Amino acid sequence: MRPRYDEMHDAAGAPRAHYRLFADWLEQTPEAVLQGKRREADVAFHRVGITFTVYGEDSGNERLIPFDMVPRIVPAAEWRMLESGLRQRVHALNLFLQDVYGERRILREGRIPAELVLGNSAYRSEMQGLRVPGGVYSHISGIDLVRAGDGEYYVLEDNLRVPSGVSYMLENRRMMARLIPELFARQQIAPVERYPDTLLRTLREAAPEGIDTPTVAVLTPGAFNSAYFEHAFLAQQMGVELVEGADLFVRDDTVYARTTRGPRRVHVIYRRINDDYLDPQVFRPESVLGVPGLFGAYRAGRVTLANAPGTGVADDKSVYPYVPEMIRFYLSEEPILHNVPTYQLRDPDALRYTLEHLHELVVKEVHGAGGYGMLVGPAASKAEIEDFRARILATPENYIAQPTLSLSTCPTFVESGLAPRHIDLRPYILSGRRIQVVPGGLTRVALREGSLVVNSSQGGGTKDTWVLEA
Amino acid sequence: MLCRTASDLYWVARHMERAENTARLIDLAQRMAMLPERFERGKASAAPWRRALDALGSADGYLARHGRIDGAGVVRHLLLSPDNPASIHSCFRAARESARAQRVAITSEMYEDLNTSWLEIRLLDAAQLDRDGLNQVLERIKIRSASFRGVTIGTLGRGEGYQFLQLGVFIERADWAIRLLDVVGSHDGAGEAEEALDAAEYFRWSALLQSLSAFETYRRLGHPAVTPTGVAELMLLSEASPRSLQTCAQSLHTVLRDLGGSARLDVVRQAGAAEAQTRYARIEDILAGGLEHWLQAAMARLTALGDGIHRQFMTSTDVVPA
Repeated sequence: MRPRYDEMHDAAGAPRAHYRLFADWLEQTPEAVLQGKRREADVAFHRVGITFTVYGEDSGNERLIPFDMVPRIVPAAEWRMLESGLRQRVHALNLFLQDVYGERRILREGRIPAELVLGNSAYRSEMQGLRVPGGVYSHISGIDLVRAGDGEYYVLEDNLRVPSGVSYMLENRRMMARLIPELFARQQIAPVERYPDTLLRTLREAAPEGIDTPTVAVLTPGAFNSAYFEHAFLAQQMGVELVEGADLFVRDDTVYARTTRGPRRVHVIYRRINDDYLDPQVFRPESVLGVPGLFGAYRAGRVTLANAPGTGVADDKSVYPYVPEMIRFYLSEEPILHNVPTYQLRDPDALRYTLEHLHELVVKEVHGAGGYGMLVGPAASKAEIEDFRARILATPENYIAQPTLSLSTCPTFVESGLAPRHIDLRPYILSGRRIQVVPGGLTRVALREGSLVVNSSQGGGTKDTWVLEA
Repeated sequence: MLCRTASDLYWVARHMERAENTARLIDLAQRMAMLPERFERGKASAAPWRRALDALGSADGYLARHGRIDGAGVVRHLLLSPDNPASIHSCFRAARESARAQRVAITSEMYEDLNTSWLEIRLLDAAQLDRDGLNQVLERIKIRSASFRGVTIGTLGRGEGYQFLQLGVFIERADWAIRLLDVVGSHDGAGEAEEALDAAEYFRWSALLQSLSAFETYRRLGHPAVTPTGVAELMLLSEASPRSLQTCAQSLHTVLRDLGGSARLDVVRQAGAAEAQTRYARIEDILAGGLEHWLQAAMARLTALGDGIHRQFMTSTDVVPA
């Protein structure tokens, strides 16, 4: 039996110091009041319309992501460590991208196998040799952390393409402040509310050179996208236009928005659509979500895309094992945050080991996301394991395997009352002239007992994340 | 503002106004259907419902589909039917969808209000209509519409977004001033001496005033009796009624002048010309020339103005400024 770490209670079952205030409040608040607050949260989330769309069900199916009232609380000292670790990691990842699309030093020196990077489907040859403003590729990064049974944090994966979820971080905080204002008054919880401001500043700093007052827009695939609520929310909070591909057009390598007063130039696009769909002239020709000529304007330095196309080559699961190496190579520092030990199944020894231990490992598709295409060995049936074995054998290079971490738990309201459920944490890191880490993040919780899959598309819920300032 | 945003906001307002006016139309038909049959000059009691469908230009389609016209069926069609794109159900759905696409351009209170309305309307079915009664349901729909109007006025910054919502409100409301008048006036009250008004006519024209919540306004203007001339004047030419064609035309002209920034724009001239038609008209002349004929011409002007708004603000020419 692997040791388990509970965020709220120590091994003896007593509340940890940083949870004491909350635990007292929880104990002193009558059951009926707690239920009332949970109902209030539900009604408010419905009314505000914070929903997401589930793929694979009826199209346009809007659902609430379940919100849980017990926060994840991170003590100040722990956060300081996480913050430096995140800053270091994102810094190195951006330097890696700059290098890959530039001189390729790290490949030439053999620190990372070149074919792993250049043969990767997320590598964009169109980006080769292009200089991006400030050398920043991933302006907005989400790094998924878990705490294992040993009490240590591990980076589960990096998200450098279009990381989502930050609107839930902000809405969850708003909800908690509304439900239990007294707890915010009694302890120092680091505010997250400035995120939209910081994001806007980061985006403006990314503008093409020589543009003093850039026009920023958020590019969304449209109202039927699962994260549409977030796109709209962020545009609204930043006070910028929310555009769809059809609202933009390109003339002479310049991007314009179609407005009621004629065409208006756009300088920075926070794009929430994938590389593939950005520009049908360069990427997928059948895409109707993008803007013909957009990439040309980008190459000409007339518009900035955030994040840059091609960032996926740095957050790919097959490149993930090399991130500690990147930190040593570019920063001459030791990584502050641990990676989860990872077997690359392209390696015959790793493949053999994995096939013999499928029942105890987590196997992930290299390009999978959202909890799709993943095997959790200890929780899988014999049939599921055999099915996965066949898939791995067909294309081993498409898979990695990791030991099943016993994710830490946090008490969570479920049918039967409060019960421990597994959680992870996605902090958000903004890279402009400086790298800024929002003190908090999105805590996701696997609502099914024993489940380790926290993705909202797989029935996960969310919690507020409190970073204590003292 | 994006062309798409302008268009979506315009349609949010049109659909909300359409939902409210459809509720008023049902109310009117219901009142007229209560008139004892002997006053209806031999027509079946379904006649008011037929006229309601006629006012929307959908009687033939309805008959083809349902075979016959009866009150309960028409109410379901106008209120609940998800298949009728003009039903109150569909209007709320469309308004909420457009608002959802434009959450950035409106206040969160506005979206929450629309979302609340939709969650309520979505659950409305024939059984609940039976339970609560038609009048109570119509009241609720008008209150939902009023609530959105109030939240909009009270929370949305005065800018282009507000102006496009205004355009949507007044284009749609003007349209309904004409349609609702047509329901009662299509048998033409022109030339009838006031003393010749029989009880049935009084009943119909005051039903129209009540459905428009305009009875008090009408009385306050000092009309001694409810006459076709008086009611038609109130609905077409009066500046005192918030729902008259004149009030709508004037608002459209004002908003378009502000929005266009220049009186030289085609669409602004169009709106000015439309306003002049009601500002300087006399009700006697309108009735003498035939009410129905005048209403048709007014509807054509309105349609052209709607097209003009769309062309000017919601279509992109992609001609880059030099």
